[in-house]
Amino acid sequence: MIEYKRFQLKNGLRVLVHEDPTTPMAVVNVMYDVGARDEDPLRTGFAHLFEHLMFGGSVNIEDFDGALQMAGGDNNAYTTNDLTNYYISIPAENLETALWLESDRMLSLAFSEQSLDVQRKVVCEEFKEHYINKPYGDVWFKLRQMAYKQHPYQWMTIGKELSHIEHATLSDVKNFFFKHYTPANAILVVAGKVKYDQVEKLVKKWFEDIPGGVKYDRNLPLEPEQSDARIEKVNAPVPVDALYKCWHIDDRLSHGYYAADLITEVLGGGSSSRLFQQLVKEKRLFSNIDCYQMGSIDKGLLAIEGKLVKGVSIEEGDKAIQQIIDELCEKGISEKELTKIQHKTESSLAFEDMSVLTRANNLAFYELLGNAALFNDDRSKYFAVTANDIKNYSQQIFAPTHSNTLYYLGEN
Amino acid sequence: MINRKIAPAIKQPVEFNIELPDCECYTLDNGVLLYYINAGAEDTLMVNWVFSAGNWFEEKRNVAIAANQLIKNGTHQHSAYEINDHFDYYGAYFNRNCYSETAEITLHCLGKHVTNLLPMVAELIQDASYSEEELQIYKQNAQQRLTVNLLKPDFVAGREIDAMLFGEEHPYGKYSKHEDYQSLLREDLIAFHQQHYKEGKVVLFAVGKLPEGFLPLMNDLFGKFKWKPYTSTIIEPVHIIRPSAEKKKTIIVDEKGVQASIRIARPYIGKSDPHYHELVILNAVYGGYFGSRLMANIREEKGYTYGIYSGILNYIKHSGWIVSTEAGIDVKDDTIKEIYYEMDILRDELIDEEELLNCKNYMMGAVLGDLDGPFQVIARWKSLIVQGFDKSFFDKAINVIKEVDAPELRKLAQQYLKPDEFYELTVI
Repeated sequence: MIEYKRFQLKNGLRVLVHEDPTTPMAVVNVMYDVGARDEDPLRTGFAHLFEHLMFGGSVNIEDFDGALQMAGGDNNAYTTNDLTNYYISIPAENLETALWLESDRMLSLAFSEQSLDVQRKVVCEEFKEHYINKPYGDVWFKLRQMAYKQHPYQWMTIGKELSHIEHATLSDVKNFFFKHYTPANAILVVAGKVKYDQVEKLVKKWFEDIPGGVKYDRNLPLEPEQSDARIEKVNAPVPVDALYKCWHIDDRLSHGYYAADLITEVLGGGSSSRLFQQLVKEKRLFSNIDCYQMGSIDKGLLAIEGKLVKGVSIEEGDKAIQQIIDELCEKGISEKELTKIQHKTESSLAFEDMSVLTRANNLAFYELLGNAALFNDDRSKYFAVTANDIKNYSQQIFAPTHSNTLYYLGEN
Repeated sequence: MINRKIAPAIKQPVEFNIELPDCECYTLDNGVLLYYINAGAEDTLMVNWVFSAGNWFEEKRNVAIAANQLIKNGTHQHSAYEINDHFDYYGAYFNRNCYSETAEITLHCLGKHVTNLLPMVAELIQDASYSEEELQIYKQNAQQRLTVNLLKPDFVAGREIDAMLFGEEHPYGKYSKHEDYQSLLREDLIAFHQQHYKEGKVVLFAVGKLPEGFLPLMNDLFGKFKWKPYTSTIIEPVHIIRPSAEKKKTIIVDEKGVQASIRIARPYIGKSDPHYHELVILNAVYGGYFGSRLMANIREEKGYTYGIYSGILNYIKHSGWIVSTEAGIDVKDDTIKEIYYEMDILRDELIDEEELLNCKNYMMGAVLGDLDGPFQVIARWKSLIVQGFDKSFFDKAINVIKEVDAPELRKLAQQYLKPDEFYELTVI
């Protein structure tokens, strides 16, 4: 059970305070309710590029990182398809420095042409490092486009293509900032060795005079139910054939999401999972195989990916996966298997909760979903999933017309 | 209105008094030490077995890592599946890691399940069977992984630079080839396991909310093993460093590659150097954190790369000092030029007081954050103990951050940042 208190400023900023006297550090986490799903299809990758620009100086402070380092702080940020999150970890004595820095860049950026110019290049190098200059690096560009025809989850956070990033202009940057980076669209979590009263006073001091802005009204196209199995084959200069499959799952707040997450445990969680044991160990068709889901807020994807053992045909591998899925849909799981995945969930939640940074991040995430209190309900929601649910949701998720399959074939 | 241009007052982190919290030590009947911290809010715990079983001790390539990885793939009483299922059933994470000097196994679990899990760990250590079938699967899949990795410039660069520094026959420099996997025999693994896991030098660590009876249980299960304390002296294999004759090397993995993996490194004696802690700070200023000169110049000013870092290799007996980055193919030469240019500046000019203070404050904050909680504290203790140091090493590190000045760092730069002592590797 994670304890926290909340208050809201007049400009709409929601603030959560989580006291943990056992750490010498304070954490300041600012989550903005904007991700790659909110981008213009012709200007993809922008939310992430923008995240880089948030470090290029704000209206009153030239050097964000330098000022933070001087106070002993460290920081980072990430952008997902759903949201953008900035976090600082700093010796608790210097908490105010973090609030000063975060409030100034929420107020306004310096909008420097030079920073945009450099960060465009940096992000292009990031794009190359992670997605181009790497075997199988482009897989998810293809899979997302295959699985989503309407919903903006069809592109990656890094962007559809390098040119979208290269063409970003300073006026795009300004528009994006004033639309999304406002107190009304942000959640601030202060955690660690802090006291509620102290936090309330300091947050009011630094954040209260920031204009609230307009709450962004998200109105994304819904992805229609898939009516035909989709399959694509690509050839690439890779040494080993790889198989990727994905299916749609329920949104983050649905009961079905929790069931889907547990299904990934049954199929791919650990070395005793069904896919690994049967296909890597017993039949020796794959050299490795994984099953996971994307953790998306809107209807996300459950994926299976594996590399085939040399000499095994990809069709044979695909068929073997299908058999395991069919068996799950037909027979479900035993009570013992249910207990096992519950134990795993309990344990992974407990280890995740150990870090104050993760707790702060999670509080912000659940507040973004609607209410930070959901954080504390997660465990019981996982435990509410029955063996019967696993079977029923498996049948729903893995319906034959719902699959997306990519054969990623090597040149030989 | 508040004046946002004025930074709030700070407490200078460099003035903090940072102490490494204590850990306790329990001696098993066989003399092996178990270092532990009994603390933590959650019901989580970690137990870690460290063996002198790194590739330093293997007589044939890849035996150490295969013995480590396959330790959980079957005993004479349980199949690999039964073992995996046992750990998974109790929601535990059972990890293996093999390094140059040491190899480890680590158990993370909830305290309420630990009594069900430890006996299985004891069984693996005493009775791993290394069946022919498991070895075949391992050899096949490890080779496939290698085939894929050899297409990644950063992977190729990482292993090639080590070979340039230490030589291809040295444990720090040698790397896996397909034929090394092919020639692995079951007998090799059984013999290595016998010598280094069943009867080797060992030290243990545990942290978390340790359940009642935890220490006696550890002693019951592990105190009778024919282990030697980690610090006992044994005759160790001797390995001679034979650095590459060529100082510069280019490897082409992909003619159409859009980035180059750049590694620029020099040998360095490492933690036995009396100026090691000062060098850590010089490294930080040069390329050791986001505010470093390499990052400021090559990423934040020129945009040549997503990231560039320098670091001191974490080996026990020798070390190296290395700069790593992935840079755009068209700017690779300029990137290399700038890496040397920043060495020149550190040799020629004194580091600005403000910049040095910034770095010191950052480092103190990082140490403080690094000691955040018992799991992190035991990790610090472990790195000290495994490398043969005690708390004074930590205290000295803190002290040097507080005291070191710009002239001293320039002197070290003049001694160590000499471009002609560096090996230069580009992989495309």
